[in-house]
Amino acid sequence: MFKRFLATVLLLAMVVAVMASCKNESTAKNEFLIGGIGPLTGSAATYGTSVKNAAQLAIDEINENGGVNGMLLKLNFQDDANNPEKAVNAYNTLMDAGMKVLLGTVTSQPCIAVVEESHKDGILQITPSGSAVDCIKYDNAFRICFNDPDQGTASATYIAENLDVKKIGVIYDKSNVYSTGIFEKFKAAAKEKGLEIVSEQAFTDQSNTDFSVQLQNIRESGAELIFIPVYYQEAAYILTQANQAGMSIPFFGCDGLDGIIPQLGDNAQIAEGVMLLTPFAADAQDEKTQKFVKAYKEKYGSIPDQFAADAYDGIYTIAEAIKKAGVTSPDDPDLNQKLIDAMTKIEVKGLTGTMTWDASGEPKKEPKAVKIVNGAYKSMQ
Amino acid sequence: MGAKSEKNKPFPGGIGRFRQKYDNNFLISFGIMIAIFLFCFLMIATGNATRHFKSLLVPAGINIILAISLNLVVGILGELSLGHAGFMSVGAYAGCLFSIYTQELFPIGVRFPLSLLVGGLVAAFFGLVIGVPVLRLKGDYLAIVTLAFGEIIRSVIINLDFTGGAAGLKNIEKHTTYTSVFIIILITLFVILNLINSRHGRAIMAIRDNRIAAESLGVNITYFKLLSFILAAFFAGIAGVLYGHNIGSLTAAQFDYNRSIEILVMVVLGGMGNIKGSIISAILITIIPEMLRGADKYRMLFYSIILIIMMLLNASPRFAEFKRKIRIKNLASALKSKSRQKEEV
Repeated sequence: MFKRFLATVLLLAMVVAVMASCKNESTAKNEFLIGGIGPLTGSAATYGTSVKNAAQLAIDEINENGGVNGMLLKLNFQDDANNPEKAVNAYNTLMDAGMKVLLGTVTSQPCIAVVEESHKDGILQITPSGSAVDCIKYDNAFRICFNDPDQGTASATYIAENLDVKKIGVIYDKSNVYSTGIFEKFKAAAKEKGLEIVSEQAFTDQSNTDFSVQLQNIRESGAELIFIPVYYQEAAYILTQANQAGMSIPFFGCDGLDGIIPQLGDNAQIAEGVMLLTPFAADAQDEKTQKFVKAYKEKYGSIPDQFAADAYDGIYTIAEAIKKAGVTSPDDPDLNQKLIDAMTKIEVKGLTGTMTWDASGEPKKEPKAVKIVNGAYKSMQ
Repeated sequence: MGAKSEKNKPFPGGIGRFRQKYDNNFLISFGIMIAIFLFCFLMIATGNATRHFKSLLVPAGINIILAISLNLVVGILGELSLGHAGFMSVGAYAGCLFSIYTQELFPIGVRFPLSLLVGGLVAAFFGLVIGVPVLRLKGDYLAIVTLAFGEIIRSVIINLDFTGGAAGLKNIEKHTTYTSVFIIILITLFVILNLINSRHGRAIMAIRDNRIAAESLGVNITYFKLLSFILAAFFAGIAGVLYGHNIGSLTAAQFDYNRSIEILVMVVLGGMGNIKGSIISAILITIIPEMLRGADKYRMLFYSIILIIMMLLNASPRFAEFKRKIRIKNLASALKSKSRQKEEV
């Protein structure tokens, strides 16, 4: 009995030793530490993992080509489990480790909490995918993705100008900031553009698998198009159930729908004809995207999603800002201000488009509308 | 309980009455808290504290308050409640809304304590509302009802406009400091330990041990059950206000049943009805996942393994004996006898 107890104690000691050995990584001279924060555990883990993988990929590429201004980049990515409190803990861990620039956080809620801290410290923060407006409310914060309201407005504008429909049904996630954020602006913009929202159907994260009631209501309302500003997991249920119910109303979604084709797997044909606004399509034919997708697939064995693309662009944006600011040492006393100033002067040709920023921190780039044809994205313009 | 009260014989002299009123448990719990505070204070004052360390102090303190207050219901009253995060969220929203809307009315020194009080009272009110119907239920049934309560609160908050809906409540001023959390912990400890040591506390424990016997002795079961429920909700509400003023934003998603279960884990790990155990386990459960950050992707795996090991150890009689052996008193006497042996040699 005592031996068993001893064994558990030794196991504990081992675990502690592992922790200790991992903690004190020595930082080489002239190494520029980029911190990353995102969910690696919990229900949003897939987004954080994509961002972490793609950021590492971009950093490896940059380092292979000799780094930036003689400095090598290094990524330290911390888990926040999509929780603001843990995100702040992660942020402080990274500051202890000597973080110079923050790529994060991946999700909106934690980002709102972390931007308060990074603003106090004055470091440059670039969120790849935190789309809520408040994520970048301070001067030191910039983003790669579109914000929620812009996507709502862009969707309504696109539908009104390019599609021959007037009556719209909406299914959205009331418990999700992303979904409600897009929907509210969509509603306002739709009214302006003369579109009529004939049915508003909400669900929450507690009831996100059965959509038969919502679909039935929309069918009865006589909608000609269903707008679904939701993530692809829920969209997969919606599309499958609409297909089973024999509905033929077209669907229109936002960038959260990216990833729907792999999610549906063998049933991918039911996504046929779905339209979405997305900054990134993994099967786009340009050389840059193809090179990225190939490298990502080789390294991680999966097809990168839009989060990965945003993170990849985020790292290149940071590299570009360092170049523009002429920073040659991570210990530069004016590092933060130089980098933040440089952000509004650079132009980055990334996977998600050619981006420039103004002081608001919002990226200037064109949204792309695509339609799923034969199981692949096809540009609509 | 009999064996324990025999151990606490009053000391002779003036200290006797003090000892009678505040037994070992009371003094040790307070001692632990003050020692921890002094340790942290010294770490910060000497500049040895990393930012990560400092950022963990407030969450750990909030968890201590939550664990102690839940222990009152789970350990002392003996009823399983899975809705503690629900009370926390009610208090958090009430207190934070109060402090946002009275920003110009009161200076910070008045507003923050007031908002703590408002959060606590609103949560206590909900404790009353939920307490009255569920008093008829016991065990699993009560657990399910409290779980449902937590989920209802979450859905309601998401659907209300003044709570910010799914986007949450933002722009809460960050007032929670390490010291304010520490003061609240001491107040919580003082109230709950005094309650446990009082006639009321004995009545509550009598209900836990044998409801029928307690009732036959004239213990008003409804009153005492409600009392512990409301008190636990009150402190959970205060913890919620502290939480909101620490992070600066609130969303309903942070208060799901996972959070309730996390608090329950702290109580179970520390030992049902064991207040100082709750303090220690709340600290451990807050810092272990953070200390494991170095383990990268194996973090949650290690965390789970450590939890399993701790739970197994806690339940094993061998470990209980080992703990008894290494108690300071026993250790001191063992040392004494050893040194005596040496002298004799």
